[in-house]
Amino acid sequence: MAISISRWVQMGLLVLAVVLPLAIQNNFYLDVLTIIFFTAYLGQSWNILGGYAGQFSFGGVMFFGTGAYASTILWTTYGIPPIYGVFVAILAGAIVGLIVGYASFRYGLRGSYFALITLAFAEMLRIIANSVEFTGGGVGIFLNFEPSIMNLQFINARGFYYLSLGMVVISIIIAMWLERSRFGAQLIAIRENEDAAEALGINVLRSKILAIMIMGGMGGAAGTFYAQKYLYLDPPIAYSIALSVEMLLVTIVGGMGTVFGPLVGSFVLHIVTEVAKHLIESPGLSLIVYGFILILIIAYLPNGLIGLFKGLSGKRGK
Amino acid sequence: MMSYTVSMMPAAVMNGLMYGSIYALVALGLTLIYGVLHIINFAHGALLMLALYAAFFLYSILGIDPYLGILIVVPGSFIFGYVLYRFMIGKLAHGKDQNILLITLGLSIVFENMAMLFFSADQRTVNLSYSFETVDLGFVLLSIPKLISFFASLVICFLLWMLMSMTDLGKAIRAVAKERQGARLVGIDVDKIFAATYGIGIACLGAAGCLLLPIFYVDPYTGNLFVIIAFTIVVLGGMGSIVGALIGGFIIGITESVGGLILGESLGQIGISVIFILILMFRPNGLFGGKT
Repeated sequence: MAISISRWVQMGLLVLAVVLPLAIQNNFYLDVLTIIFFTAYLGQSWNILGGYAGQFSFGGVMFFGTGAYASTILWTTYGIPPIYGVFVAILAGAIVGLIVGYASFRYGLRGSYFALITLAFAEMLRIIANSVEFTGGGVGIFLNFEPSIMNLQFINARGFYYLSLGMVVISIIIAMWLERSRFGAQLIAIRENEDAAEALGINVLRSKILAIMIMGGMGGAAGTFYAQKYLYLDPPIAYSIALSVEMLLVTIVGGMGTVFGPLVGSFVLHIVTEVAKHLIESPGLSLIVYGFILILIIAYLPNGLIGLFKGLSGKRGK
Repeated sequence: MMSYTVSMMPAAVMNGLMYGSIYALVALGLTLIYGVLHIINFAHGALLMLALYAAFFLYSILGIDPYLGILIVVPGSFIFGYVLYRFMIGKLAHGKDQNILLITLGLSIVFENMAMLFFSADQRTVNLSYSFETVDLGFVLLSIPKLISFFASLVICFLLWMLMSMTDLGKAIRAVAKERQGARLVGIDVDKIFAATYGIGIACLGAAGCLLLPIFYVDPYTGNLFVIIAFTIVVLGGMGSIVGALIGGFIIGITESVGGLILGESLGQIGISVIFILILMFRPNGLFGGKT
């Protein structure tokens, strides 16, 4: 019974999200919602490796940046439209995931060591992007605004809103599939006890690499989306530490290893940010709030906000 | 071009040594905290940034020379670190490693953006009366502040080594690092030792901040530059090893400045990330550590 109710709630929210732009004419609100969906999508990509498989990465932005450069360079230099380019971006992100995953998991790096090595890889890619010519180096790349579906660009905020909504729905479907699949169960087993998982015959290395490749592919697509919407790319944006942090932040705040955690976390954090911005106009303030929320959640709500709801509604949770 | 590179080499190596000694000091705090508490202090860069600001404001408001400021910033940093661990990090993390990693990450976000809020994003530097004086070593000119920083950080490393090996506190810290339960059984207050160790680690940053300010700059994100450098040195030298941190600091300092000379300013920074990745992959216990 509980399951069917929450299914109806989910459907209702989805319908609401689809018809919302008809009611909201103000581009500002649509842009905020777009960013919420975009961050939730990236958070979900982090969640697959961090939440389900228990491998925290501090450099998740590397897939985003590499994907963004892949489709952008294909478009600006070779004239290949981003609607094809995005698949190259996904592939590029997955390949970076394969390389980084193989390099670190094969040597048994876990926990903090894995977090740090991903940070170093992202840093290395930033420096490379800053030093080579085809990325535009430190100057960056300006993209043209030529709205069309081929270019994944839209005349008004509504188009980008729907695109980001589509991405977040896909990411949630991936997480739902993960929760039901054998592969997802293997990832959770690895998170709970890697040695026991290995002893049960799970190919730990293969599963972890597959998880980071899914994360990488998802991140790559996000890069294309970002570049097409904001029309500018440079190494500090493409490989920004802040974005790496944000994707883990929304997921931890919402609830790691849950289907809706990243979306809930992204909603709450962005709304807090917008309110804070409204009250005090100053740079950095929203991030101070983020930092405090992160500390408080880790200390008092280890299962995130979703865990809080589940706790309140008793055993109905699953 | 080639001959220019060769002729600049001694200067690059000397420069690397000077910065390397300060990197060593930053890494020393990190390695000490890791060695005893077995936690990764991700707030290390942000705390270094705070120390730099402390030294800067002591100079700009009270006119205290940064090198003299050590006498104020180091005890202040110790107290700050002690309190931070005892009443925040230790209390909130519930003893889980990944929690500490995330809480110190949260702290670094808070510190950096508070600095942004109160001190603005401007890069600040100090100009001392002797800032531009140099010493001629025959093959290379060295600036006086760099030389002072170099020798001072060596002295501080030595003092730390003395503290760890000669005093009762050092003995207690080493006991806790080796065997927590055993230390508790013989009557050592382990929680206090944890906080004291964290405090000493941050005090190292206080010293590093004072020594770095005259030859560098500070802005809210300065700390980020040192995070990967410090972690690289720590894994290079072996987590928890004081001597390792010192040697690792010199290796990284020289790698950075020689790398910058050969590969150019922008690509030169890549050497550190590459070393970090390779060491983590092939020798996670460091060059001088045993095999796992």
